[in-house]
Amino acid sequence: MSAIFLSYLKAFVVGGLICLVGQLLIDFTKLTPARILVAFVVAGVFLSGLGLYQPLIDFAGAGATVPLTGFGATIARGVRDAVREYGFMGILLGPLTASAAGITAAMIAGLIVSLVFKSGDKS
Amino acid sequence: MVKKASPPSKIAATLPGAFLIGGLICLLGQTLIDGYAALGVEQKFCPVAASCTLVALAALLTGLNVFDNIAKYAGAGTLVPITGFANAVAAPALEFKTEGMVLGVGAKMFLIAGPVIVYGVAAGVLYGLIIWLFGLY
Repeated sequence: MSAIFLSYLKAFVVGGLICLVGQLLIDFTKLTPARILVAFVVAGVFLSGLGLYQPLIDFAGAGATVPLTGFGATIARGVRDAVREYGFMGILLGPLTASAAGITAAMIAGLIVSLVFKSGDKS
Repeated sequence: MVKKASPPSKIAATLPGAFLIGGLICLLGQTLIDGYAALGVEQKFCPVAASCTLVALAALLTGLNVFDNIAKYAGAGTLVPITGFANAVAAPALEFKTEGMVLGVGAKMFLIAGPVIVYGVAAGVLYGLIIWLFGLY
């Protein structure tokens, strides 16, 4: 039981800290939300490439996979696996293969939402 | 003096919300990962399935006009997790519905997600080139 509690605590704290970094970037730089999203995904690719992100995933689970740096890490892992399997072609196949589920889910969810709901007033 | 002192406190006020709500979203993600594992989903797909669930949830809350109200307090707490990506797709898709299904919904959903995918893939290709050239895979 305490092992499960600890894994939840680690996911909460590490995920919270990664979001805190994003908030500090919003507060102290002129980065727009769109740029923050791009920066976190790209940062995730490079941190994963340097071998620094997988240890964080092993430690914090969803605390590392749910933030967009985790999305970047998924891209990097997909590239690595694809290059291993297909060589040069893997460079082109890997990035979207690994990230396909997340991108497809967002597209389909966005499409369904736009069909079902009406654009509401900003309250 | 007051002017000097007030900006930092305003900035500090955004930090607990980002940490708490961002942390809670990741905690929810962890319960989803464990839940999918308990349901017998293959171990390596559990994080992906959890993230996709959060994407669907964030899109739904965007449609219900609830997401923005949470984001007001959360700041980066809802932006940085995958929920921010889902909201970045669903919000413009919904907002530009009036411009039609093709150039409204279909095109505008990539307003922010497009750059994220472009630069994420570009970084991935650069990384792939490096490990391919130097045999690091």
